[in-house]
Amino acid sequence: MTLALLVRRSLRQHLLSTVVTALSLAMAGGLLMSVWVVRKQARETFTGQTGAWDAVLGARGAKLQLVLNALFHLEASAGNVAFSDFEAIATNRAVALAVPIAVGDNYLGYRIVGTRTNLFTEAEASPGRRFVLGKGGRLFEDGYREAVVGSFVAARIGLKVGDTFKPYHGLNFNPKEQHEDEYLVTGILEPSNTPADRVIWIPLEGLQNMTGHAAATATDVSAVLVKLRSPIAGQQLDLMYNKQGNRLTFAWPLGAVLSQLFDKMGWFDKVLELVAYLVVLVAAGSVLASIYNSMSARRRDIAILRALGARRSTVFSAIVLEAAAIAGFGMVGALGFHFAFLSVAAGVIRSQTGVVLSVWSWDPILVVAPLGLVLLGALAGIVPALKAYRSPVAENLVPES
Amino acid sequence: MPVLEIEELKKAFVPPGGTAPVPVVDIGSFSLEAGEQVALSGSSGSGKTTLLHLVAGILAADSGRVRVAGTDMTSLGEAGRDRLRAESIGYIFQTFNLLQGYSCLENVLLGMSFGPGADLAHARSLLGRVGLADRLDYLPRQLSTGQQQRVAVARAVANRPRLVLADEPTGNLDPSNARQALELIRGICTENNAALLLVSHDPAVLASFQRVVSLSELNRAARKEVAL
Repeated sequence: MTLALLVRRSLRQHLLSTVVTALSLAMAGGLLMSVWVVRKQARETFTGQTGAWDAVLGARGAKLQLVLNALFHLEASAGNVAFSDFEAIATNRAVALAVPIAVGDNYLGYRIVGTRTNLFTEAEASPGRRFVLGKGGRLFEDGYREAVVGSFVAARIGLKVGDTFKPYHGLNFNPKEQHEDEYLVTGILEPSNTPADRVIWIPLEGLQNMTGHAAATATDVSAVLVKLRSPIAGQQLDLMYNKQGNRLTFAWPLGAVLSQLFDKMGWFDKVLELVAYLVVLVAAGSVLASIYNSMSARRRDIAILRALGARRSTVFSAIVLEAAAIAGFGMVGALGFHFAFLSVAAGVIRSQTGVVLSVWSWDPILVVAPLGLVLLGALAGIVPALKAYRSPVAENLVPES
Repeated sequence: MPVLEIEELKKAFVPPGGTAPVPVVDIGSFSLEAGEQVALSGSSGSGKTTLLHLVAGILAADSGRVRVAGTDMTSLGEAGRDRLRAESIGYIFQTFNLLQGYSCLENVLLGMSFGPGADLAHARSLLGRVGLADRLDYLPRQLSTGQQQRVAVARAVANRPRLVLADEPTGNLDPSNARQALELIRGICTENNAALLLVSHDPAVLASFQRVVSLSELNRAARKEVAL
């Protein structure tokens, strides 16, 4: 009870420094937790974001680029795949489903992808979950200038069923490169929380035959999304396309290919982590500095307490507990900062990649980091506590003149 | 058995800039019985406060013996002296030394908590006894000087100490408040049968005590100082 009273009153007496120090710890703790959660979730979500697909077939090139282009609708296509290659893999007995995609156009910066309706009717948006069309919508019909719009694009540029639009050439928006072809929006997809939400889907032939596209490659596709009948089939196709062949790239298994992305970003990851730890150390230093700097103002109170019979250990414990309490208050704020940081980061990642991070999901770091920072705060309190411990009583009982 | 016994108590300090310790307290023998009230007179620099600090165990003696309530203070370590001070000694300071961030009630409760333990009812009753029942939650700065001194008195006697030390307790008060504070301290000590050792150089205060000891006579170090 005595220690609690001493800590409470001291926090109140030094309210401004308590609040400022707790805030700095809150931001440091929030940053640490956010960096941790974003890093972990980003890796898990990206590598698990391959939908129901097992592999991607594309032009000869880097597997990572192929997967980013075909599944995440990022990066440029490495090249084209002849339609016969699509037909060959689609009819391979090891393949359960093969869906071609073609890219090369955009509308106001959002990627237009040509595909077939079985992408929506036979494949899953994410494991166990099909694509769902919004009310009043229908899929486009192959061969018609019709489009199904991803939920994110529809929300951003306000496209709705019945609207028409003219695509722009290229993956980046250039107002001077608009095609003549006009497309009718027939459906809006419900949010799938996958990169598909950031895409405008049109019939494969629509993109292949868009006015201005080269006639020589009109039947080519950009990539083929592949669902295998068994994991063994992946090894067979890997051998066939990657080791024996030299025209195409078979990106499989997708999780391992995407891991390369994070392995390449490993140094950035470490720098970010290091910055977060440094911020935490600076914040812990601020606990030390704020209490230490107030020691000269406290020395008389400490002397009075000692004169009343308080032991050195009591005074020492009160200062350490005070530091821990400041860190504790900071950690309450840190959780708030964490969810705020994470909401912003999740919004940016979603708008850039279509990948959705779960802001409110549980992670052990949400307990480990606050406990660790409270412990660090208490450790930072040891230095001023030692000063209080050593503070002489008799000479400090005299009021400062 | 005396509540306070002093035998051959010595304390010296090295003055700022000096190299050799200078004796400040050098007392051959002094004792105080339970319920006895003694005024210690002395001029500035005669070692009054140092003596009280030695008796309270705030300072450790260089040599000699201080027994408080039968316990040899000088044989105890610092933690032991802290405990003995908290349980058996009440200390009233000239500058009151109230904790400014704490209410009157909390000041008294804190004084108790290092000894036998905080007793809210007793703390309230004591503050009522010194006329501050309606000021329990006031901070010291919200009280008059006389009221602050009364809180200090309540805090000093809250643990029902066997020995009360008062260092110029009226030094900062006007004559009216000084008289009231003195009556309060002496009255409570009498009620509790506590021995009182009060240091003052105020003739009016000294005149009210039956036993007045001159520190310049008691303290051989002070005598040397005078002789020099």
